[in-house]
Amino acid sequence: MSFNLLLAQSLNGLQFGVLLFLMAAGLTLVFGIMSFINLAHGALYMFGAYFAALVFAASGSFALALLAAALGVFVLAALLDAGGLAVLHKRDHLDQVLATFGMVLFSNEFVRWAWGNSPLFMDTPDALSNSVQILGFNYPAYRFAIIGVGLAVALGLYALIERTRIGMLIRAGASNREMVSALGVNIGWLNRFVFALGAGLAGLAGAMVGPILSIQPGMGEPILVLTLVVIVIGGIGSIRGAFLGALVVGVVDTLGRVLLPIWLRELFDASVANAAGPALASMLVYLLMVLVLAFKPDGLFPVKARQQ
Amino acid sequence: MSSLHTPAGTHPQATSRTGLRTTLAGLLIAALAAVPVYAWFTQDVYALTLFGRILAFGLAALGLNLALGFGGMVSLGHAMYMGLGAYAVGILSSVGLHSGWLHMATAVLVTVLVAAPLGWVALRTQGIAFIMITLAFAQLFYYVFVSLKAFGGDDGISLQQLSDFGFLTGNKFAIYVSLLLTVLLALWVLQHVVDSRFGLVLRATKVNERRVQALGARSLPYRITAYVISAVLCALAGFFLANLTGFVSPAMMTWAVSGELIVMVLLGGMGSVFGPVVGAFALLLTEEGLKLLTERWPMILGPLIVLIVVYLKRGLWGLLEER
Amino acid sequence: MSQTTLKAICAAAIATCALASTSALAQVKIGFMSTLSGPAASLGQDMYDGFMLGVEHAGGKLGGAAIEVLKEDDQLKPELGVQIVSKFIERDKVDIVTGVTFSNVMMAVAKPLADGKAVFVGSNAGPAPLAGAQCNANFFFTSWQNDMQAEVVGKYATDKGYKNVYIMAPNYQSGKDNVAGFKRYFKGGVAGEVYTTVNQPDYSAEIAQMQAAKPDALFVFYPGGMGVNFVKQMRQAGLLGQIPLLSVSTTDGSTIPALKETALGVISGTFWGPDFNNAASKKFVADFEKKYNRIPSQYAAQSYDSALLIDSALKKTGGKASDKNALAAALRAADFKSVRGNFRFNKNGFPIQDMHVFEVAKDAQGRVSLKTASTPLKDLADPYVKDCPLK
Repeated sequence: MSFNLLLAQSLNGLQFGVLLFLMAAGLTLVFGIMSFINLAHGALYMFGAYFAALVFAASGSFALALLAAALGVFVLAALLDAGGLAVLHKRDHLDQVLATFGMVLFSNEFVRWAWGNSPLFMDTPDALSNSVQILGFNYPAYRFAIIGVGLAVALGLYALIERTRIGMLIRAGASNREMVSALGVNIGWLNRFVFALGAGLAGLAGAMVGPILSIQPGMGEPILVLTLVVIVIGGIGSIRGAFLGALVVGVVDTLGRVLLPIWLRELFDASVANAAGPALASMLVYLLMVLVLAFKPDGLFPVKARQQ
Repeated sequence: MSSLHTPAGTHPQATSRTGLRTTLAGLLIAALAAVPVYAWFTQDVYALTLFGRILAFGLAALGLNLALGFGGMVSLGHAMYMGLGAYAVGILSSVGLHSGWLHMATAVLVTVLVAAPLGWVALRTQGIAFIMITLAFAQLFYYVFVSLKAFGGDDGISLQQLSDFGFLTGNKFAIYVSLLLTVLLALWVLQHVVDSRFGLVLRATKVNERRVQALGARSLPYRITAYVISAVLCALAGFFLANLTGFVSPAMMTWAVSGELIVMVLLGGMGSVFGPVVGAFALLLTEEGLKLLTERWPMILGPLIVLIVVYLKRGLWGLLEER
Repeated sequence: MSQTTLKAICAAAIATCALASTSALAQVKIGFMSTLSGPAASLGQDMYDGFMLGVEHAGGKLGGAAIEVLKEDDQLKPELGVQIVSKFIERDKVDIVTGVTFSNVMMAVAKPLADGKAVFVGSNAGPAPLAGAQCNANFFFTSWQNDMQAEVVGKYATDKGYKNVYIMAPNYQSGKDNVAGFKRYFKGGVAGEVYTTVNQPDYSAEIAQMQAAKPDALFVFYPGGMGVNFVKQMRQAGLLGQIPLLSVSTTDGSTIPALKETALGVISGTFWGPDFNNAASKKFVADFEKKYNRIPSQYAAQSYDSALLIDSALKKTGGKASDKNALAAALRAADFKSVRGNFRFNKNGFPIQDMHVFEVAKDAQGRVSLKTASTPLKDLADPYVKDCPLK
């Protein structure tokens, strides 16, 4: 296994991890602060991808498309919350699971009705359509850009959470919701902001992924499961945990998908190795989660004290 | 907690509600029993397949309800046990072992051997961690079966021969009737389990585990037993599904199917034994009915589910609960 | 009346509707099933549009009989395909089942089709087992056996003198068939053989691996959305001009609209192209473009032929489909003018036909399309017919 290949795969893993982080950051905040399980988070990601594709096709500006996607989903989420979703905040988790499950059903079919069954395809912006030379081989410039944008957003989030007043309120809300409310902060507006922020991040993730993957109904579900794994590993409510968890999952999944078939091929024939390889790689991520939960049931960077 | 039978001496309105529930439950069972009669006269075998699927999912939902509704264990991985039951048929069939009783026994035995340790590991955690661990185990098994190319892998196994029960092999009527009888038996057993001392302790652990332990009962054996029983019921459902459709694939054990089972349990209302059957019936039949109206049926079903969650806090069957 | 009672009554009513049989006006019922959603939706849609154009050209009736076409989407899920085919046979009581885009769905539905003794006219998937040991006297395919498209590309690669070819395909029956077919006719060396997950969207890992192996050509099989993603990612990695890309079903009428100029120069192998010169093909292409506003893909051509085939067979049976043996015999005669020129069936229900190699290039109107490059294999029969026990 050449060094070039290892480097390329590590970069791919980093890129996937960064994408997972954008998804996980929003979900962990929403779950941590509002105690709200949102299975429709994947649907928000999907809407981000669709908004971006449509705006890019109409305007030709990729930056505008990204902005439209992030803002569009931000506004959509705020409207949903104001429009009645807030009712679910007070219900127990099972009710939230059921209701957001219904929303996912609706969203996937809505998208199918509005924009058709076939996937939409989005081109990479011309400026990023070629590749960069890294240590002797080509790596797509666009994927490099994703890593860059993702890290920038991570830094921005860090600054927001750690250095601003509203970030302080968010952190306080993650630790003890009732206390923050008792201190006179309008917890309703804070929740709405957090929910919309998380959604905006998911929308941004969807928009960035658009040129690489096909944009289609149901694209949110596979990434939702992995996002759940990430926030459990990282610790619910913790941005730091989401960041680390996402990177670990991204790299393990990508490297596993590549390395395991190679190792298996030493023992079995090509077809078996190539079937078992990706399956085992996927299992690796879940095994990792079980391992983490066995020793640290609240994740790597727990925010709350152990709940009663 | 409510059940089909109330203690004597409750006030008239509650008794009439219970009477209404019993009547409706009876009507539903009668309707399901009438299906093979209808199919016999019209030669519409499809009805058996359609309602058979509903019954099979009802059986699985009944099982999940014991763990989830009465035991408070939110398992996002019960579809895995349906898959195990189905693959017992699929794998044994592929290697030439066709005996129906062998298939059923293997399904039950393998499930117990898997569910007991898995349940023990999972029950060391609680809350969201428990949900995620059950999900993780289910995904693990899903990927195991996907990677088993020798047994179809992702594409599944088309059963060349169904479970051998002599001259009844593959007879859709026989499959349906035995499935219906299994569901009735499960209802009877579950009712007695829930009303027994075992059930009492189990339901108490859902409400407040610490207090149960303070009272001197160890909660873990009760919860594991409930978990295993629920898994076995799901496996039986998978066994019947395999025979009903003649096709087995890892798609039967995805987390989406587990999610659907939870939806059925919640729709029906968690507090009762019969609820899940109503939930399965309502969800699947509404799906079929909506499909006839429009291709866009999820756009109706989705909001319908949201409305039910918001307004019907105790599910459909819960509407008829005594207050 | 309580809410629950109301709901129960509604459910019962819906159930009754679900059980009621459908219209009895049509003389012949045809169950059409293809993949109409997900990344491969364009293939299934082309198949449906081609089929319906064929029905239109036959005068709205097939063989003079009024027909009803039931359209269903298998979503590329074998378990759903089994459910749909069971419904076609048990409830709708169709006379002919047709379509089926993907081989894994085809293998799953082969059993209920055989058990129900249904007459099946496949217009895409052609998995090897159904050409060999599991061949069925009631199964007919107007497309090809999966290996054949890859075999012609393998012959082309040998003729071009490639010595070190890297192979990639999705990990299911059709993927394996195509790889086997390529290797059967390619006499050079294999630099690597990689199977990816079906509908896997991201090939960056595998592309990087392939780069490291330094092959002199790349052979892939990636139908539908998989093909679009793969070719785009190849271009993003800067490899499209550098390594010759040989393919099956990757750059065709279903993916070229999304790829446009990105696909120029890619080589592919199949039985038909939109620039064919015979009368049937020219009429088909002209009318398809007029009606659907796009260049027809091979999938549309295959299904168009299946409609014409059924039309010819029903003409022979006097518009009746009740006698399955007579219908099968009439289908086997294949007495129709196919868009590919000559058409005849082998004993296993698969066609014996010429196979060509195409290059993605601009046509006379400047649109990106397929151009016939050569015909390396004439009158090709599939390699599995010897295992078929039928006479």
